[in-house]
Amino acid sequence: MTNSGAADENGANGADVMVRVEGLRKSYGTVEAVRGVSLDVHRGQVVVVIGPSGCGKSTFLRCVNLLETPSAGTLRVGDRTIDFSAPPSDKGHAMPRGRDLARFRARIGMVFQQFDLFPHMTALGNVMSGPMIVKKMREAEAEAIARNLLAKVGLANFTARFPRELSGGQQQRVAIARAMAMEPELMLFDEVTSALDPELVGEVLDVMKELALEGTTMIVVTHEMAFARDVADHVVVMDLGQVVEQGAAADVLLQPKNARTASFLARFHSTIGDRKA
Amino acid sequence: MAYKWDFGLILSYANFWAKGLGITLAYSVGTVLGGLIIGVICGMLLLYKRKWLTLPIHFYVELFRCTPLLVQIVWFYYALPIVLSVELPAWLAAGLGLTLYMGAFATEIFRGGIISIDKGQWQAARALGMTNGEMMRHIILPQAIKRMVPPFVNQSIIQLKNTSLLYVVAVPDLMYTGSIVVSDTFRPLEVYTSVAAMYFAILYPLTLWAKRMEAKVDQ
Repeated sequence: MTNSGAADENGANGADVMVRVEGLRKSYGTVEAVRGVSLDVHRGQVVVVIGPSGCGKSTFLRCVNLLETPSAGTLRVGDRTIDFSAPPSDKGHAMPRGRDLARFRARIGMVFQQFDLFPHMTALGNVMSGPMIVKKMREAEAEAIARNLLAKVGLANFTARFPRELSGGQQQRVAIARAMAMEPELMLFDEVTSALDPELVGEVLDVMKELALEGTTMIVVTHEMAFARDVADHVVVMDLGQVVEQGAAADVLLQPKNARTASFLARFHSTIGDRKA
Repeated sequence: MAYKWDFGLILSYANFWAKGLGITLAYSVGTVLGGLIIGVICGMLLLYKRKWLTLPIHFYVELFRCTPLLVQIVWFYYALPIVLSVELPAWLAAGLGLTLYMGAFATEIFRGGIISIDKGQWQAARALGMTNGEMMRHIILPQAIKRMVPPFVNQSIIQLKNTSLLYVVAVPDLMYTGSIVVSDTFRPLEVYTSVAAMYFAILYPLTLWAKRMEAKVDQ
């Protein structure tokens, strides 16, 4: 795992920067959900994005794998840079399309709040779907990968179950395995525990923690402050579509400099003390 | 009532009935299949949000859904030949009307099935890196088709009943056969009762089957 302090100071050094976002904006009609967000994510780093509901953090995350088309700014993931501010004549401006867009997304895994497993496939089928449909991998090979991952998330005995036969926590663990099966360079987690019963949150966070320890590069949007405290290398606080504060987890969470961060965190401080993440 | 029922007379036209029944079934199957093809193509095209493509399709669908089928069949038989200045045989004019009518409903069923799939399924497929084609084939259609089957079967049942309108352009289906037998025997009560019974005998089992299928999809 990357040392968080070093990662922050190495911002200028592009060598191990996995994701670089500059001046990213996203508007829906006249409403601007993301207003100029800049952020670097280094290889192996865990970045946690927090902020009040409706602050634009999920929209920001969805811009990173282009589920949303940014309105302006530049986005670099790995060696691919897309400039959304450039004039339309410029080649770099073009939002990737078709197969090109699909390939861009295939390198980034994403896990959603509502799991969104494919209901017509078993747990095993869900995890195999990426490798088989996207990578055209042979069935035996994909199955081996999928069984491995399901065992890793503690579901070795549930491979033949359909999503409706699994609890929310189990479904979310399958969803994580499904995303990991593509061997992504970057994982995005969008409030993945928000739809879970409280007693099921822990099992999902444990899996995420394990991925973090293995050096998976992750951007995590969450309300789980204890997770942020224990796992994040870097914490970003968003409000009204902007980054209001960012830095090492301990600094941001325990000694916020910004007034809005402080008031937002005040509501969570009891939680941080309470729950062992 | 002093009326003396005589179904024996009806049975003596057995060959005649068989032919009429055959034509009714052939038109049902043929126009349902034709409508299905139109529905799949138009329903797919509606997913491309290009106005020049969706506008004419919506116009077609609404035109055929909001005019009576009887008017359509008569129009295709009497009016279309004037527009095209080609004589259209009755069987073709009627078949065309019935097919396009079914196609309009099938288009809506297909489109409705696709857009009923939760948006989470689309985003999950896209996030995995699937192209639109891969997503349609492996994720969306397998789920959507299951939901399209019950309304499509119901529409097909209605379509079988609708073929009785072939009567107005003298295509010798079950209904038209009935009218011939009546003019031959002067027995409208027995004849039209038999006609109704034959439609019922085909449609009732189909309805039961559709209901069972609907329950299965709901599971």
